[in-house]
Amino acid sequence: MPPHSDDDAQGLRSAATSAPEPGSRNEELLLRARDSAAPLEEAEALLGEPVLPEGPRAHRSPRSRGLGIAVGLGLALAGGVLVLLGTSVLRKELVMAGRVGLSLLGVVVAYLGIARVVRAIWGPRTDVAYYMALVWIIVLVLAALLAPVLPIGEAENSSLTLTEPINARPELWSDHPLGTNRLGLDLLARVLYGARTSLVVALVATLIGMVLGGTFGLISGYLRGWTDSLVGIVTNVLLAFPPLVLLLALAAVLPRTARNQALTLSILVIPVNVRLARASTLAFSQREFVLAAKAIGAKRRRIMVSELLPNVLVPLLSYAFIVLAVLIVAEASLSFLGLGIPQPAPTWGNMIAEGRNGVFEQYPHLVFVPATALFLTVLSFNLVGERLRLRFTSGKQVEV
Amino acid sequence: MNVTAQEPADASVGAAPARRRRRRGRYGLVARRLGELVVVLVLVTFATAMIIELLPGNAAVTILGDSQPPEAYAELERELGLDQNLFVRYGQWLGDAVQGDLGRSIIPPGGEVMDRISSALPVSVQLAVMGLVIALGVSVPLALWSAWRPGGRVDRIITTLTFGLVSLPSFVAGMVLILLFVRVWPIFPRAEWVRLSDGLGDNLMHAFLPALVVALGEIPVFLRVLRGDLVETLQQDFVTAARARGMAPARVLVSEALRPSSLSLVTVAGVSLGRLIGSTVIAETLFGLPGIGSLIVSSALSKDLALLQGAVVTVAVIYVLVNAAVDLSYSRLDPRLRRASA
Repeated sequence: MPPHSDDDAQGLRSAATSAPEPGSRNEELLLRARDSAAPLEEAEALLGEPVLPEGPRAHRSPRSRGLGIAVGLGLALAGGVLVLLGTSVLRKELVMAGRVGLSLLGVVVAYLGIARVVRAIWGPRTDVAYYMALVWIIVLVLAALLAPVLPIGEAENSSLTLTEPINARPELWSDHPLGTNRLGLDLLARVLYGARTSLVVALVATLIGMVLGGTFGLISGYLRGWTDSLVGIVTNVLLAFPPLVLLLALAAVLPRTARNQALTLSILVIPVNVRLARASTLAFSQREFVLAAKAIGAKRRRIMVSELLPNVLVPLLSYAFIVLAVLIVAEASLSFLGLGIPQPAPTWGNMIAEGRNGVFEQYPHLVFVPATALFLTVLSFNLVGERLRLRFTSGKQVEV
Repeated sequence: MNVTAQEPADASVGAAPARRRRRRGRYGLVARRLGELVVVLVLVTFATAMIIELLPGNAAVTILGDSQPPEAYAELERELGLDQNLFVRYGQWLGDAVQGDLGRSIIPPGGEVMDRISSALPVSVQLAVMGLVIALGVSVPLALWSAWRPGGRVDRIITTLTFGLVSLPSFVAGMVLILLFVRVWPIFPRAEWVRLSDGLGDNLMHAFLPALVVALGEIPVFLRVLRGDLVETLQQDFVTAARARGMAPARVLVSEALRPSSLSLVTVAGVSLGRLIGSTVIAETLFGLPGIGSLIVSSALSKDLALLQGAVVTVAVIYVLVNAAVDLSYSRLDPRLRRASA
């Protein structure tokens, strides 16, 4: 990244805000200024935050910082109230669409509020969405791990819930904070146990894909020749099936267990990992340190394991979060189509599928609860993954 | 960033001596690609035939359940060719398939697999094409708008929405769309399919929502790729020249910047197509449309293996062929790539 002085950015900003007449000399200057500063803008767009502190915000007095926190807390509170109004209080007064709109507005306002507070405390460059995503992932993982000991309802065995209310709406301070389904099973419990299934299946599949795909990619990229061709053909055949269609075909014949699910999902990610690993092996095997190792007589295995592997792992790991997000969606899609782990096992796809055929219209919470969990989780993994990917791929670009 | 800017310069060093090689290389490349294509197609059909081998235990019992007369199992095994080994079965299947016979569906409504597929295929193709058109129609203007001022307010809002959209699974989006536009605010008719021959307007009304579900999966990807390329193109000298001559922003974007920026869109076409087929499957199931996606799902659920095999092979072959076509057209579109692979 070329260095930029503050004056540059200031000039750019003032030039960008005042619109000169087209064709004037001012515009020409403006064009040049914008051209020179374009990488800065690009970086800002990628990071979603200003690279340089903006003029007035950079020199904030403690008083305006306090004000920022206060305004932020106010916004967050207002957003929370809107969400509450939308989800539980105004249930009779508003139609469904209105309540959904209100809740969404509440979420956006609350997010803006929290973002303001965080930026006021930790500085204007803080990537709020990233930290919120991390918090969500940590909370979800902890809750999923602790699900058996948490005081929540029954998730799977409907013979234990005969006396429970069925299709109960979410009521935050009741026995069933997120409601129940048509068998009286507790939705919070089902979401948490569903998270266990989703996360474990996706994680295992990602790991298998990384280990197998990484190994084959590394070997084929380093040895080249017929090994490379063979691995290439197998990869091409695996890639020749549209992902969901391959999953459906395998789900049709294999017993539907979590283990098989993880295995079939891993088939989906092996080719991607092979390609990634092979590409970075090709790039790194021409580098000096590898040539040096070769020159001092290191064996092929040693070069692959201790020279190439650490470098090949970096891109694989930085893609892992994005792969996780994709696999969570794939697993949920399969369950939703009725070809995942069978009902009544709590998976997010199974829960959303309970809302099919008009049930959703009557009891929207049956779908909204698991769909929100799914969306937030996928979004969080995407946010974290994108940041990792940007950091490591741009880091590599500068290095090469 | 400085490094990426140098890459084209490095590549052009070897340009002049490579020219003759390139011309010969192009047809060689096409021939090699065609050879690979045939190998992949054979292996794909073989892999699909192998899927039946994965059925645990006795396939006939798994399909029919264990309360049938013994003749039924024997007949099903003969029907599926399970009394022969994999290679013989594949050979027979391939021989029949080349003549347009993909076997018979054993689960009601039954019928020739070929007929079922050929009546389902137009529905899926229409959905996919409509989805693609909607996705391009939405993402191209938005990408232009957001790339004009990178990092500006519009750009940030669009980028954020893109990120949200990419994390929204298509079946969730589909269910919300049904809830909103079919039940709460009934603009669109209830889910069913009206054939194109029964009236274009009616057909489009019924196809719009499912096509939108398909499009929603593509929009964020198209937007991100196109925006990234546009931002880069807009920094190049010829754009600056056009703007310095006083060309209106809209014209600079559309007639100068858009075309050279649309190349990456073609590179992601392969991945896009896989996702497109996936969301078509989901949209068809969700809306109950008689396309090839719901054919695959229902035959997978009922273990109607002949139908499943035929449908999966059809989709995979179309996928491979389209991808190969895109690959070749890409190396025609971008001369740098031709040189690199020759």
